[in-house]
Amino acid sequence: MQTNFTTKQLQNPEIAIANNILRTCVHCGMCTATCPTFVTLGDELDSPRGRIYLIKDMLEHDRPASEEEVLHMDRCLSCLSCMTTCPSGVDYMHLVDHARVHINETYKRPLTDRLLRDVLAQILPYPKRMRAALNLARLGKPFASLLPGQSMLVKRLRAMLNLAPVKMPVAQSLGGTVHKAIGETKGRVALLAGCAQQAIGPSINTATIELLNRLGIEVVIPAAAGCCGALVHHMGRHEEALQAARRNVAAWSDGPEFDAIIVNTSGCGTVLKDYGFMLRDDAMAAKAAAVSAKSLDISEYLLKIYQPSQVAPAITVAYHAACSLQHGQKITSAPKTLLRKAGFNVVEPKDPHLCCGSAGTYNIMQPDIAASLRRRKLDSLKAKSPDVIAAGNIGCLTQLAGDNVPTVHMVELLNWMAGGNKPEALNGVNK
Amino acid sequence: MLQSKPKLNVLEKRAEIIAGLKAVLPERAVIGDDVSLKPYETDGLSAYRQMPLAVVLPENEAQVVAVMKFCHLHGIRVIPRGAGTSLSGGALPLADAVVVGMMRMNQILDINYADRYAVVQPGVTNIAITQAVQDEQFFYAPDPSSQLACMIGGNVSMNSGGAHCLKYGVTANNLLGLRLVTIEGELLEIGGKHMDTAGYDWLGLITGSEGQLGVLTEVTVRILRGPEGARAMLAGFASNEVAGACVDAIISSGIIPVALEFMDKLAIHACEAFAHAGYPLDAEALLIIEVEGSDTEQTEMLARIRDICAVYNPVSMRVSQTAEESAAIWKGRKGAFGAVGRISPDYLCMDGTIPTSQLPNVLKRMQAMSDDYGLKVANIFHAGDGNLHPLIMFDANDVESFHKAEAFGADILKLCVEVGGCLTGEHGVGIEKRDLMSVQFTPAELDQQRRIKTAFDPDWLLNPSKVFPLSGLSAAA
Repeated sequence: MQTNFTTKQLQNPEIAIANNILRTCVHCGMCTATCPTFVTLGDELDSPRGRIYLIKDMLEHDRPASEEEVLHMDRCLSCLSCMTTCPSGVDYMHLVDHARVHINETYKRPLTDRLLRDVLAQILPYPKRMRAALNLARLGKPFASLLPGQSMLVKRLRAMLNLAPVKMPVAQSLGGTVHKAIGETKGRVALLAGCAQQAIGPSINTATIELLNRLGIEVVIPAAAGCCGALVHHMGRHEEALQAARRNVAAWSDGPEFDAIIVNTSGCGTVLKDYGFMLRDDAMAAKAAAVSAKSLDISEYLLKIYQPSQVAPAITVAYHAACSLQHGQKITSAPKTLLRKAGFNVVEPKDPHLCCGSAGTYNIMQPDIAASLRRRKLDSLKAKSPDVIAAGNIGCLTQLAGDNVPTVHMVELLNWMAGGNKPEALNGVNK
Repeated sequence: MLQSKPKLNVLEKRAEIIAGLKAVLPERAVIGDDVSLKPYETDGLSAYRQMPLAVVLPENEAQVVAVMKFCHLHGIRVIPRGAGTSLSGGALPLADAVVVGMMRMNQILDINYADRYAVVQPGVTNIAITQAVQDEQFFYAPDPSSQLACMIGGNVSMNSGGAHCLKYGVTANNLLGLRLVTIEGELLEIGGKHMDTAGYDWLGLITGSEGQLGVLTEVTVRILRGPEGARAMLAGFASNEVAGACVDAIISSGIIPVALEFMDKLAIHACEAFAHAGYPLDAEALLIIEVEGSDTEQTEMLARIRDICAVYNPVSMRVSQTAEESAAIWKGRKGAFGAVGRISPDYLCMDGTIPTSQLPNVLKRMQAMSDDYGLKVANIFHAGDGNLHPLIMFDANDVESFHKAEAFGADILKLCVEVGGCLTGEHGVGIEKRDLMSVQFTPAELDQQRRIKTAFDPDWLLNPSKVFPLSGLSAAA
């Protein structure tokens, strides 16, 4: 596709990258068909091709982002379904990342929007603050439906309260811990413990550590590692995202080398695998690239070493593919292969490529679209009559919870069949 | 590209018109600001661009009627648009026109397996029809390469084809009925849920009329029971001409494979990079040949095809062994145009169709033209139908390269007509081939066609500036 940048604009390396991405796009429109927002809203402006065109125009004219551009960029889930579909190999992810930074730098959001974003950025990445906030939210939860009005702010508050768990899990603080292998040590890995995950889904980390230990792998969670930075990254808060990346790269590069850096929250995994690009001009560039190269989703890592030790009950597991796994990291078969190896009957929903609407803080910031995608995903999953829905990302699990099918991280099922406890979510399933 | 002169009285009243549209449609269905209109300035042929006056996105037939009545009353031109995947610029706007985007009318209304039809709204994607019926082993046959994204309304308007049309025919052969809204806002129902109605073939007239006679609101298509099975075979050859000759030999032997597709070396490499289908990278040209039916039928037909191919000294022959392998082979073929985006920033896709006996000759002459123009061309096409898709690669940031590509394209299409073929097999005339129509038709023939347009749309408000050369327009309009 034609672009119209001046020679001077192209001297800016960021613009040069954007230009290269735009030149790859041939405007064929294939991406529109698999974009959840285009399918839901039916507007070119809410499709990847439309967004690419909006970004192109905004950057070419080097103008501040307008309300319209922000609206359509904010509606993008960053599910990257378009990148799976694109025959030309357009790097939409880095283009939309660039646009978000541009928006953050040039557009002044309405006050309530700004405040909400600040609050989320100040709470979600910090497990202790997150717990405190969730405890508050739980008090408000019964009143969610009583909040008056249909304004965006009210809808967002309602969405936040609805996402708070009914029962608060036991606090987890894994920073600085080492978990020795059981029996002979066959490997040593670092685990990204996740930020929100430690607060709302500690059983996932527990199962991951137990399972890896059982398979002879030592698991280390360096004290200095923290949130991966995805949350602020997707808000266009570039410098904060880079700080998170630098801190983690330093933490995982310190001391004896790890065999791998394991991620059991695939949303974070996509960002870890991008540290090399994010810090490409940084003093830590080489280390960042090494961290990205070593980052593996738990399903990738387990594929070669997983062995179940008991016979699975006749449970039908609907596998929900998290977008960050299937599109962001192109991991499609490993989780299903593992679940089948564990002995479960695995089924998949219609349109598995479509996002469930979780997408980081999307379900708070875009409550209407997220609710519509959630309904669609739950309907298609439930059409397969599963006993449980399994996924590899806590965001999806939270988004799909609260219906009448339990949700569980796939690693909890794998750990169970390797001798671990039955996942709590399955207590109601008597098979 | 020359456009008809915008109506100044319409341009001047833009604000009023947008307000008027908002009065007859929901607020969310009208787009009127320049930032938001920008992505609507082009379609799958992004070399041509024009900002529209406004875009509307109706959600039901009543809203389409309201828009048409409003535009007719105020003399405003209307450009219908589906998914915007046209390779001939069929949805290119005009400065004084309202684009009517049909993407929100995307519901499947009725499926009847006993009588084998489906009633769908125009914004349903081509592949969604097959997806909706495949659990019952049915499918909708025409399969344009953009079938994932392109919409049935656009397929009808352009009489789209596809790889499997060799056996099953194009859109026109798989349609049963249509509902459309005329420019006056009148509703027409044509055909029904059965084959052939008495009298004139109105369905045939509307199919391929490129949105110039009405805006479609409902399409009834024939659905077919799928074959017992299908197998694809890959045959690589040492040159384009030899592969072309092999195609002609297969077709003239009386065999009708369900698909017979051609890719040249550039295309093979681009598609392999995208689909990892195991295409032969050492071949100069590749044929994808698919047969279907019972196992015995497939085996027998593949054996006959192998025998024919063997005469042309293939560098490789391979029959797909699994469904996954076949899926990858077709993924590469269907994503071929986009995949060329990996080796060239831009391309123009031609759509000329020729008698299959002319394939070796035309492929050779195209290569000579490519050398003369100094522009690379990738060939990916429906060989069994003689429907060529030369992709002329150019750099849109270099104006001279674009003009050369346009001239090269025109020469290819003239060559197609010269050897007894035609300008378009399945993409439609649109804006791209408009000025070449006089190569194919005499002035009198064009005037006759224009009179049909005038009978439906006396003021030429519906998708004007397409299909017919502008020079003769006033005589007929």
